[in-house]
Amino acid sequence: MYVAVKGGERAIDNAHAWLAEERRGDVTVAELSLPQIREQLALAVNRVMAEGSLYDPDLAALAIKQARGDLIEAIFLIRAYRTTLPRLGASCPVDTARMAVVRRISATFKDLPGGQVLGPTFDYTHRLLDFKLAAEGEVPVAAMAPADLADVPHVTEFLNRDGMIEVEPSGNATPPDLTREPMELPASRALRLQAITRGDEGFILSMAYSTQRGYGRTHAFVGELRIGTVAVEMDIPELGFAVEIGEMELTECETVNQFKGSKTEPPQFTRGYGLVFGQTERKAIAMSLVDRALRWAELGEDFTGAPAQDEEFVLMHADNVQATGFLEHIKLPHYVDFQSELELVRRLRSEALAAQEAAE
Amino acid sequence: MTEHSYNFAYLDEQTKRMIRRAILKGVAVPGYQVPFASREMPMPYGWGTGGVQVTAACLTPDDTLKVIDQGADDTTNAVSIRKFFQRTAGVAVTEATTEASIIQTRHRIPETALSAGQILVYQVPIPEPLRFLEPRETETRKMHELEEYGLMHVKLYEDIARHGTIATAYAYPVKVEGRYVMDPSPIPKFDNPKLSNSPALQLFGAGREQRIYAVPPFTTVVSLDFDDHPFQPTKAPHDCDLCGASESYLDEVITDDQGGRMFVCSDTDFCQTRRASGHIGALGVPVSEGDAA
Repeated sequence: MYVAVKGGERAIDNAHAWLAEERRGDVTVAELSLPQIREQLALAVNRVMAEGSLYDPDLAALAIKQARGDLIEAIFLIRAYRTTLPRLGASCPVDTARMAVVRRISATFKDLPGGQVLGPTFDYTHRLLDFKLAAEGEVPVAAMAPADLADVPHVTEFLNRDGMIEVEPSGNATPPDLTREPMELPASRALRLQAITRGDEGFILSMAYSTQRGYGRTHAFVGELRIGTVAVEMDIPELGFAVEIGEMELTECETVNQFKGSKTEPPQFTRGYGLVFGQTERKAIAMSLVDRALRWAELGEDFTGAPAQDEEFVLMHADNVQATGFLEHIKLPHYVDFQSELELVRRLRSEALAAQEAAE
Repeated sequence: MTEHSYNFAYLDEQTKRMIRRAILKGVAVPGYQVPFASREMPMPYGWGTGGVQVTAACLTPDDTLKVIDQGADDTTNAVSIRKFFQRTAGVAVTEATTEASIIQTRHRIPETALSAGQILVYQVPIPEPLRFLEPRETETRKMHELEEYGLMHVKLYEDIARHGTIATAYAYPVKVEGRYVMDPSPIPKFDNPKLSNSPALQLFGAGREQRIYAVPPFTTVVSLDFDDHPFQPTKAPHDCDLCGASESYLDEVITDDQGGRMFVCSDTDFCQTRRASGHIGALGVPVSEGDAA
């Protein structure tokens, strides 16, 4: 005797309780604190802030803890929280030329004003497991140099003087807001950059990589990659001037791309641009390559059919919160649709078999 | 158990206003997909975020809410969404179709006829009926503008040429009030006739795809077909084994590994109501003796 499945509610409550227990893991092992995550898993925190579109290291650390280290789940938690926050105002554009850099490199010039600063990078580490980290131990203090307080000018500014690189005209137009307006295509560059900076790191990386392998090649050089903190300022109407309300860490990448000229533009270097919250240089470099690839139309280049050139394809599939939700929704019951398919296939089969028999 | 740290029904009033505007536009242009600035909800995209936002924008404290998934009130995601509104809006909830003022649904239209004043909110995964014929939104919007639906008719014709019948069993495309071709969401085509001339307001929300559309009360909704291949709603050729209903949509339930199966109403409220009033199917028992739940 079949009894209709009841008790979905109790099953859900029990699943949640079990999940909470699994999240904690073995209780004889010390529990992770949020400062530990924030300080020692900083790159995970940065990714969650970047793709969650919310600059708050403590909340990102909480999200990572709650999500058991599943970063897309953590990004989702941050997004769902972010969407409920009231908008108090908009900051002034941050000035990355005045960034206090901890890392700044150029692949196009051997030396340049401001210098090459490697900073805390994995780049030249040998990827050998460091078993000392498995044992507890304090790290020796790194050598320190006095800080250079001068502004570090952008590399592209040097190229600019000779007219060798395109100039991006500055404007005061309010950029569209992806989180408050439905996406409309074709999108402006500002909207594309917004979508890419919060897009999935893996997706943007693969899109960028595909351009390097010839699917919409853009001949990119890393003109400059810089990581550091910038001041965030806001105009206070009552005061009549902008005041600093905080600072944030950013990664900025500007690529310099070979450009032989087109029907509409003379030969000149062109740019791709990446700007991401936190220390997230893989994402920033990938973003600048994808940005450049998507600019084919404005530069009068040919559309070669490459995925990375296809604005609708890139923008509609870059968001991992959307992608993961829709992908995983196929876990939900579909027995009504499946039943209708079952009936259809049964009928088509019986008709096909009857026709076969009639022929024999 | 209302949560006070969030606004009534979770969304802030500005967001609700934006959604209500989209709904009104949808009602004014039946079947037209209105873009709206869908919010990130605390449940995943693809799990009913569009429907939840539409419901949140329609709910008032006096409403009585019913949530179904696959026709059933007790499937896990229906339970989850119902709990969400109990927690954030504190509204009354019901399983009875006739008592609800707002019904949020996934994949079914209730068997019991809806009445004036009720709102049926559909969760929609892919709102664009032309999407699997043309993947680009920029193109499909143009096709709707120009009322260029030839591609859809060619697809249906090719089905007939290949299979002798239109091989679409759910999410069967419809034309609304003689203008827009619309995806009725993945309801079985058995439910399509209920879309037309319903006294209730039908709203469709697609969160991830940022679209809302509507079928106002007493709007003509026609399932696409050909004169020589008229539309036919289908269901399993059985009666419900619990309540004996012959006119309801049935789920097939596998009962053993020997090929045993039974057919039961997908609409649990409909089935329960019939059994409570004494109808007994082939494998059913009177309600008092069986699962009284």
